[in-house]
Amino acid sequence: MTNPTLAAGAVERHLRARRDTGRGLLMPYVTGGITPGWTDYLRAFAEAGADAIEVGLPFSDPTLDGVTIQQASETALARGASTRRILADLADLAEARDLGVPLVASTYYNLVLHDGPEAFCAALRRAGVGGLIVPDLPVHEADELTDVAAAAGIELVLLASPATPRPRLAEISRRSRGFVYAVSLMGTTGERAALAASAAELTERIRRVTDRPVLLGFGISTPDQAREAGRYADGVVVGAAVMRRVLDGAGPDDLRAFLTTLRRALGSGSEDQECDAPR
Amino acid sequence: MTATEDTLRTSASLAEGLTPADSAAGGARGDDPDARGKFGVFGGRFVPEALIPALDEVAAEYEKARNDPAFISEFDHLLRTYAGRPTTLTEVPRFAEHAGGARIVLKREDLTHTGAHKINNVLGQALLTKRLGKTRVVAETGAGQHGVATATAAALMGLECVIYMGAVDCERQALNVARMKLLGATVVPVANGSQTLKDAINEAFRDWVTNVDRTHYLFGTVAGPHPFPEIVRDFARIIGVEARRQIQELTGRLPDAVAAAVGGGSNAIGIFHAFVEDEGVQLHGYEAGGRGADTDEHALTLTTGSIGVLHGSRTYVLQDDEGQTIESHSISAGLDYPGVGPEHAWLKDSGRATYHGVTDDEAMEAFALLARTEGIIPALESSHALAGALRLGRELGPEATILVNLSGRGDKDMGTAMKYFNL
Repeated sequence: MTNPTLAAGAVERHLRARRDTGRGLLMPYVTGGITPGWTDYLRAFAEAGADAIEVGLPFSDPTLDGVTIQQASETALARGASTRRILADLADLAEARDLGVPLVASTYYNLVLHDGPEAFCAALRRAGVGGLIVPDLPVHEADELTDVAAAAGIELVLLASPATPRPRLAEISRRSRGFVYAVSLMGTTGERAALAASAAELTERIRRVTDRPVLLGFGISTPDQAREAGRYADGVVVGAAVMRRVLDGAGPDDLRAFLTTLRRALGSGSEDQECDAPR
Repeated sequence: MTATEDTLRTSASLAEGLTPADSAAGGARGDDPDARGKFGVFGGRFVPEALIPALDEVAAEYEKARNDPAFISEFDHLLRTYAGRPTTLTEVPRFAEHAGGARIVLKREDLTHTGAHKINNVLGQALLTKRLGKTRVVAETGAGQHGVATATAAALMGLECVIYMGAVDCERQALNVARMKLLGATVVPVANGSQTLKDAINEAFRDWVTNVDRTHYLFGTVAGPHPFPEIVRDFARIIGVEARRQIQELTGRLPDAVAAAVGGGSNAIGIFHAFVEDEGVQLHGYEAGGRGADTDEHALTLTTGSIGVLHGSRTYVLQDDEGQTIESHSISAGLDYPGVGPEHAWLKDSGRATYHGVTDDEAMEAFALLARTEGIIPALESSHALAGALRLGRELGPEATILVNLSGRGDKDMGTAMKYFNL
């Protein structure tokens, strides 16, 4: 494969390069297998100026997810979605066309363990996925997967929370790959009326211990919130706001339009023209 | 025995139950988890980062509490004067005639306040909640027994109490929902997923991560992330500590086997634990076989499941060939859980305990048999252990003594019994 985003450390290099142009990073999320033609959403996300795309592999017991992602997971599973089928869809997509945007898978640890971490990471790699987020795998349980993922060229993203004390925060920031996922609030995924007060503080605390890109997630649902988050974080992860629209029947074009508003709010940096040019 | 002597004995037992672990330095007790909460490869903490500081806080406070004579004495006082400990042993010879004449002795946890062993753990954790300076508890419940016990302890200690219960279970166990409400708890029906215990646990975790600054998750079984498997075991351990002494007083020796039902596994660990180092004592756990191991309607986690991660712990799990959790089934709601405590997984793999399945029909038969032969109506959960004891008695012969944990009383199960037996 010649896709440059698949080289080791490619997700982080890509995000750093984009950040260095002054661009606010945007990582939209989609639950894999949510609709029959679900990979069309990935194309729409890329066209709207996504800097990375998070693909959720649905799990029956999504403990850290709020109502929207729970419903999306249930809907996808009821449609027959599985890790294998989702990764096969992604492999097909990669063969058809290079999105030009790194893919980051996210799922719960049971699905990583199921066929063994080696087989799981190898399968991600074959599907053109460069990063992995496992929200129920805290840093001290991550030893096994860290080594396996690194060997397979998968960047294992670790999460930091507002409750994380400083020494842990330093360890998480040091061991995370790709970026550091800053969980904006104490709670589950889902849209919120306002950005949590803990978001800015956490981001600043992470910045003090690392220069790795910091993406803020959980509860970022509007252009205003994205703009506010972009003032202190390198970018945002937008999940529930996307999936609520998908569950309500919005198609790829609708999502492209929505994400374009977030793209504008975050700013496109010095590469404005190149990034926003119609493809 | 005078009341004071009895108190001292019970206190001594409790202190024994809560002896410091010394886990860093190799361990005073070989069966405590390591510093990261691992029993061999099982256990651990597979939870969101946001909960790690809270779990650290619970573990640190528990470590202080178990070494604090004032805590032990307060817990002990509650167990004696509120829960009704020590519970008695009852020998059941008419029931045992159906087990080839082996001696069968029941540990009567059904005689505790609220009618099941769950009270031991909730009193300990409610005291811990107060030590943590928290004012609110959340808990999951399947059949409603842990919910009722938690609501009871919360009422006793003036804690706000929110119970998560699957919407399907709320319907099946309307009486327990009413009991919890009467005790002042808020009962939240969980309408997502399979709408049963596992989804109630998911929802309780979501509440905890959101309100962790003032809330303790009063976990109901020996599953979940470290330190819950250890804490719940230690608070339930009094069952075996008492029974080990009592059965030697009764029979002059240790039993040949100990039998208990296993769902999440708290009553089983509670009675097994004091016997783990008694090599001559067989430990038998009985899981819910539901409609049979050859159907997909059972809760045979240890006997047919595979290793995975569920609810924060690496353990045996019922999962399909894609790694999705399978919905379990049992006629007994308390055993209807697709995971199991990591210490049981470890006891199974080390060979120290043996686990078997008992079907719905076998459990119902033992349920009715104990009622008719001994005048005791057991919980359906405990009926699985009774059915196991009947088998075990036939295997071990008339010279054997079998200790069975009668973990709860069966009043709550009369609706099921009325349907099953056309009463």
